[in-house]
Amino acid sequence: MSFYKPSFRHPDSPTNQLGLTRKAYEGGISTLCAGCGHDSISAAIIQAVWGLNIEPHRVAKMSGIGCSSKSPNYFLNKAHGFNSVHGRMPSVTTGANVANRDLLYIGVSGDGDTASIGMGQFAHVIRRNLNMTYIVENNGCYGLTKGQDSATADEGSQSKKGKINPFEAIDLVALALELGATFVARSFSGDKQQLVPLLQAAMSHKGFALIDVVSPCVTFNNHPGSTKSYDYTREHVEAGAVVDFVPMAQEITLDQVKGSTQKVALHNGDSVELSKLSDNYDPTDRVKAIQTLHEHKSKERLLTGLIYLEPESDNFHDILNIPDTPLNQLDEKTLCPGSDALSQINLGLK
Amino acid sequence: MSPLNTPPALAPVINDFVVKFANVNGSGSASANSMFAKAIFRMGIPVSPRNIFPSNIQGAPTWYEVRVSEAGFLGRRGGQVELMVSVNPQSMAEDVNSVCPGGYFFYDNTYPLDFKLIRDDIHYIGLPLTQITNNTFTNPRQQQLFKNIIYVGSLAHLIGIEFSALESIVNDTFARKPKLIPPNIQALQLGFDEAKTAHPDPLPLQLQRRNKNDGKVLLEGNAACGLGAVYGGATVCAWYPITPSTSVAEGFEKYAKKFRVDAKTGNNNFAIIQAEDELSAIGMVIGANWNGARSFTATSGPGVSLMQEFLGLAYFAEVPAVLIDVQRTGPSTGMPTRTQQSDILISAYASHGDTKQVLLFPATPKECFELTAQAFDIAERLQTPVIMLTDLDLGMNEHICDELAWDDTHSYDRGKVLSADELESGARFGRYLDVDGDGIPYRTIAGTHPEKGAFFTRGTSRDEYAAYTEKGEAYQRNMERLSVKWATAPKYLPKPVLTERDTTQAIGVIHFGTSHEATREALETLATSGHAANDLRVLAFPFHDEINAFIEAHEQVFVVEQNRDAQFKSLLVNELEINPKSLISVLHYNGDPISARVIHDTIELHLAAPVSSAAQNRG
Ligand SMILES: Cc1ncc(C[n+]2csc(CCOP(=O)(O)OP(=O)(O)O)c2C)c(N)n1
Ligand code: SF4
Repeated sequence: MSFYKPSFRHPDSPTNQLGLTRKAYEGGISTLCAGCGHDSISAAIIQAVWGLNIEPHRVAKMSGIGCSSKSPNYFLNKAHGFNSVHGRMPSVTTGANVANRDLLYIGVSGDGDTASIGMGQFAHVIRRNLNMTYIVENNGCYGLTKGQDSATADEGSQSKKGKINPFEAIDLVALALELGATFVARSFSGDKQQLVPLLQAAMSHKGFALIDVVSPCVTFNNHPGSTKSYDYTREHVEAGAVVDFVPMAQEITLDQVKGSTQKVALHNGDSVELSKLSDNYDPTDRVKAIQTLHEHKSKERLLTGLIYLEPESDNFHDILNIPDTPLNQLDEKTLCPGSDALSQINLGLK
Repeated sequence: MSPLNTPPALAPVINDFVVKFANVNGSGSASANSMFAKAIFRMGIPVSPRNIFPSNIQGAPTWYEVRVSEAGFLGRRGGQVELMVSVNPQSMAEDVNSVCPGGYFFYDNTYPLDFKLIRDDIHYIGLPLTQITNNTFTNPRQQQLFKNIIYVGSLAHLIGIEFSALESIVNDTFARKPKLIPPNIQALQLGFDEAKTAHPDPLPLQLQRRNKNDGKVLLEGNAACGLGAVYGGATVCAWYPITPSTSVAEGFEKYAKKFRVDAKTGNNNFAIIQAEDELSAIGMVIGANWNGARSFTATSGPGVSLMQEFLGLAYFAEVPAVLIDVQRTGPSTGMPTRTQQSDILISAYASHGDTKQVLLFPATPKECFELTAQAFDIAERLQTPVIMLTDLDLGMNEHICDELAWDDTHSYDRGKVLSADELESGARFGRYLDVDGDGIPYRTIAGTHPEKGAFFTRGTSRDEYAAYTEKGEAYQRNMERLSVKWATAPKYLPKPVLTERDTTQAIGVIHFGTSHEATREALETLATSGHAANDLRVLAFPFHDEINAFIEAHEQVFVVEQNRDAQFKSLLVNELEINPKSLISVLHYNGDPISARVIHDTIELHLAAPVSSAAQNRG
């Protein structure tokens, strides 16, 4: 149990534009190990959704199986959640999303959940550009089954028992870029400053948004020799595009554009403000993004921040040409052709 | 090449014989063959065509067996055929052998017939089909296609198909491509004239117009399922291609495009997603239903195998889902294009743990339509997956059935879904509380109410308020409630259909799905030889009490099914807790649809046996 929640809230707790305090966005008490990176991500999600002024019940929290996938229990109590089966959160989210396009879909998955058993569904949900925020809580190991290496464990990284991982890691960010994801970011659970605006930008993006968050497993993968520990990550992290998320409502008042800052408008009018690592880095250039990622990797640096963004793209709903009214709200009159139409069909079958 | 002896003559028959076509897969024979069957249908004569095709795309032999039955028997008759139309040199030896003594072998005599294919007890009718087409049409594809139309024209003369019936079909088929009408009619006429010249006397197998098809249609089960899903209000179809279920999704698409495209916006009031595999397809279906949109998938055995884990989740988490399993032969890839009823146990107990799934067994395209539409009501009412078990025979063949009907006063049963107002005014919502004592809890859909009704759906154990728990009592309470729900289920399921022929209740026959027509014929034949039997056709699982009562009431009970291991019998024995010896299996599993002959002969053999083992072993 990593954080204790007093029910008392100071009367002056800040409220968002909906008049809600952060408390309205909280979830149940976490049963994850104290210090687990996943809990920090839950806290960042709470902060992000609160800051975006989204009503909590307009969110659907989707997940697979794993410690990470349990975490939707620990944020947004007023939202429906679906803890599905191992690796298959993308398909359940696809169905739910197609049924009701009006909700905000937050999918939480682990690296085992996504990069192994769920690799197929991960690839295909990207291909379909489903409008969702897909968070991988990446600890390089299987937490819930007690510490086995996952497919994102770096080659040469040591397990708790001292075993060296002999295999190449799957880099989900590189893969997502390759597969055509329209929003790709990486962050660190210990860097809330970076994570919250990234989450907000992802949630405002109309299309598939991946955030791969290095989220140390304190119990099984937080020792010297692990490349997904707090210490290692802090030492090797390098912020690429540092973002500030600018919601539509603030647009008019905000004009503190800094020297090397670039603004990218999102589909819905919001924008992402980028402070770039170097002037050469353009996060709207997919090829550049892939190249930069590899350069960092070869230097054993972990590139974080907004790595790629395609501000305008057709998401799955546009491609399927489904109406603005969610499919789950269409009534029988609209859906059932009725007996007269059936008589016509009968005639054609003679 | 005339045989040494004169072959026996067939007794003249009207509207009662079997014609089989032997073609090469991919040669475009399907439309000619279906034109043949449809013309007979339009003449008002009961007809049942069946495709027998290989699991490749081109080149291998394919057959089309058409049963004509004045008496209205639409199952497979079994045995040899009266007329074989052989347009495939590859299968000729086999085809010659499938003709009954005195029967007819119609072939393309552009090339000489191998003398090894000559039987002296059948008649040969040769027509130079290839030569005629090559002389008339220049384009090679046309030559291939029209060869098939030409033999249909020849048959019009030989067995008395009304030429006007054929013409009407050509006109309807090519209404949108009128250019194709004249060459098709020309090909039919060429065949007709050629046959008349070469064989002036028509065969003793003759068709005569009747009016037995009034109020009937000719339809494939899969298309009927697709249409049923449109009528049933499905908005999301997620599927992965597999024979023989693919045309369910295609049927849904066809009718959805016809009826569900918004006239003003051009938007689709439906979504069809070709998933990356069956795991994903059922996952999407579960996600959509969870979110309150009616959603379904169609697959076959290998797909059901892959969907097991998700089906268990949907059962335990109580999410509606509709799955249409068009069965084919197993195990493994089996014979992908042959029929079977062998997914019964894997469907009934789909997934690990104590899981039970609701099953439906349609027997006709009309039932495919109706039960698919109903499946959505049942799934939402019971908040559980509903698996409809059809098969290749029903799904991919055209069958005569009553016209489809829809009651416009029907309103979808969305089950126990709480609205925002109900949540607002109600007591504390407990997702898994048995409020009504029927084992069915209330559910809410995401986004309904700002404060109330949200819960966490999961496959792990939880209490009545959906809170995670590993307390044994809570788990057990939940499992017991699911049993209560299971006991409630038959109330919402179609009852078995009883046909009584025997007041002494000596023989009872239980069957389901596509064995229906063949069983009916077998039992009517048995009745004429003094063995009248009653039959009960099962439409759903969990079983209604009527089934147990039927078994108890009869001295001997046969169970007809199309698999090796008597899966349906196992289900009866297991669920009704009866002595396995009280049921006698009639099994057929070579991949062809079961025939009346197999059922008749198996039952008769048992009845002739000195000791009625079944009757003695009851208890
Ligand atoms: C089909 C299936 N196989 C295996 C498991 C066991 N299992 C549960 S969680 C898990 C791995 C979770 O690892 P990850 O996704 O990285 O999440 P973490 O616990 O590290 O957050 C596995 C293998 C399962 N639940 N289902
Ligand atoms: S085992 Fe690891 S991943 Fe799981 S809760 Fe504990 S610290 Fe987190």
